[in-house]
Amino acid sequence: MTDSSARCEVVTTDATHRLVIAGDWQLHGQIPDAQACIGRLPEGQPASLVTEGLGEWDSSLPAFLLRLQRESEARGIALDASALPERLARLFALAVAVPPTTQACAGEERRLFAQVGHLALDSWHNLPRNAAFAGEIALSLMRLVRGKAQMRSRDLWLQIDLVGPRALPIVSLISFLVGTILAYMGAVQLAQFGAQIYIADLVAIGMTREIGALMTGIILAGRTGAAFAAQIGSMQAGEEVDALTTLGISPIDHLVLPRMLALVIMTPLLTLYAGFVGILAGLLVANTVFNVGIAEYWYETLSVMTFAHISVGLVKGAVYGALVAFAGCLRGIHCGRSAQSVGDAATSAVVTGILLITIFASVLTVIFQKLGI
Amino acid sequence: MDAPLITAAPPAPAAREDDRIILVDDLKMAYGERVIAEDISFSVGRGEVFVIMGGSGSGKSTLLRHLIGLQQPAAGRVRYVDAQGEQDFWAADEDERTLIKRRFGVLFQSGALWSSLTLAENVALPLEEFTGLAPAEIAEVVNFKLALVGLAGFGDYYPSEISGGMKKRAGLARAMALDPDILFFDEPSAGLDPLSSQRLDELILQLRDSLGASIVMVTHELASIFAVADQAIFLDADSKRLAAWGPPRELLEGGPEQVRRFLARGNG
Repeated sequence: MTDSSARCEVVTTDATHRLVIAGDWQLHGQIPDAQACIGRLPEGQPASLVTEGLGEWDSSLPAFLLRLQRESEARGIALDASALPERLARLFALAVAVPPTTQACAGEERRLFAQVGHLALDSWHNLPRNAAFAGEIALSLMRLVRGKAQMRSRDLWLQIDLVGPRALPIVSLISFLVGTILAYMGAVQLAQFGAQIYIADLVAIGMTREIGALMTGIILAGRTGAAFAAQIGSMQAGEEVDALTTLGISPIDHLVLPRMLALVIMTPLLTLYAGFVGILAGLLVANTVFNVGIAEYWYETLSVMTFAHISVGLVKGAVYGALVAFAGCLRGIHCGRSAQSVGDAATSAVVTGILLITIFASVLTVIFQKLGI
Repeated sequence: MDAPLITAAPPAPAAREDDRIILVDDLKMAYGERVIAEDISFSVGRGEVFVIMGGSGSGKSTLLRHLIGLQQPAAGRVRYVDAQGEQDFWAADEDERTLIKRRFGVLFQSGALWSSLTLAENVALPLEEFTGLAPAEIAEVVNFKLALVGLAGFGDYYPSEISGGMKKRAGLARAMALDPDILFFDEPSAGLDPLSSQRLDELILQLRDSLGASIVMVTHELASIFAVADQAIFLDADSKRLAAWGPPRELLEGGPEQVRRFLARGNG
């Protein structure tokens, strides 16, 4: 029985080297190793490609020949393909007609340290661009104050509606659950000292001052920041941002400003609302699980609630709103022109938004503590 | 019309400067270290349909982005001429550039209509931003511009509700909103069937004749090139330079080899 497997053998007669291709060459079958084949040839000497007993073949054979060609070039071996069957020779000639480009990306480095290095360098290189974006927003705000910004008021109202009232259900749910967790975890500890009534203090101050704003910011980063990046990114991909620019309309005024203002206005209000829902959740837990009276809880809440706590929450809300809008719009405006880049922009907006919120939460907490507020 | 310039290495413009509306000198286009094309010099005449042609990857659309202020050249100048004289676009400050841009209308390859606005709102936006017209007057101008491109009655439609050809025409109506001196078209026929493409070509010529605007168009649609172009340049992807400049018919007969081969595909 004859051997029909794909083979590539080196035959040397009278100092002439031939690479003999034989057998059936199928993609699902075993293909010889091109490097090993070439390795059997002496370096720097020419060789010819011939077929003997070649059976069925598909793309696996020209692909093998191409690898063979690349390997032979690396070892200084000139391969003569003129004796190949016409159809195979045509395919092979087509594949080698254009040499591999030297301009193309050399391939992404996958090693961990290299990736971390690239990430750090990218962040460093993007820093001026991001700072310039922040500067453009500041200039746009100044134009708004002077009444010269190219922002349409109806866009602002539309964005206020999108980022505020429509976020109420998710803000309600998350705030209620966070209020419940806070009250329950606190009450378990406080109950050991018979001080369950102080659940009210814990929840009221915690929700109003810190957690309400933080949770609202994070919810908006996921909900609204991603939406901003996707909306503006899609416009970037569809040349809509270019169309604004060529008309002399500032994309910052027209797209970024209404979104920024909408979040700066609505996030403090949502923060206030989140605090209220959290307090209600605390009341429910204190009353039903730890037998604290409703009036008693309410009185304790009002007694600890000061204007300063509410103001701190509102300021944090406004700052987090601005950060979410900044991250979303930044990623959208700098989005590429493909569907993939729109997705990347949305993901990046959420990550950047949450990262910025976390950093500023720490900074603001320290500042307010130092100021004694 | 100016004498045609047909050369393998085009010389500096020989046409009279006062007939010119755009002057491009020694333009070099690059993305970072990667040079797309260099030594690009040409000028566009007033009222001319000027076509930028070339194979894929030759830098046609990139050149257009340099002309309309979306991308800064690595070297060279783009000057715009008006009654007051000429202005170097990239040397001008931001306010001056914005004023120059007011003279443009741009039709992007995809139409680039603002998807959250209706067709009427798309055309109205530049009028709202840059004219002191009352809403009723704006509506009148919008209806007229939409009617010019055969979209009368489609003002309340959103871009997602109309066909590709209609998007192009709506984009054209928006590009003409401020009665620009110069209209730029980036591959207007891309994605259109031959008949829609032909209708768009006819529309472009009618608008040029009736509005008197100069038109700069990027295309590799040979039928469009021969139908509308007064002058054309050919960007060569291999040499990364301007290979020819002149009326397309004359380039077909006496242009450099690669340009004749390119143009012959449409006449073979």
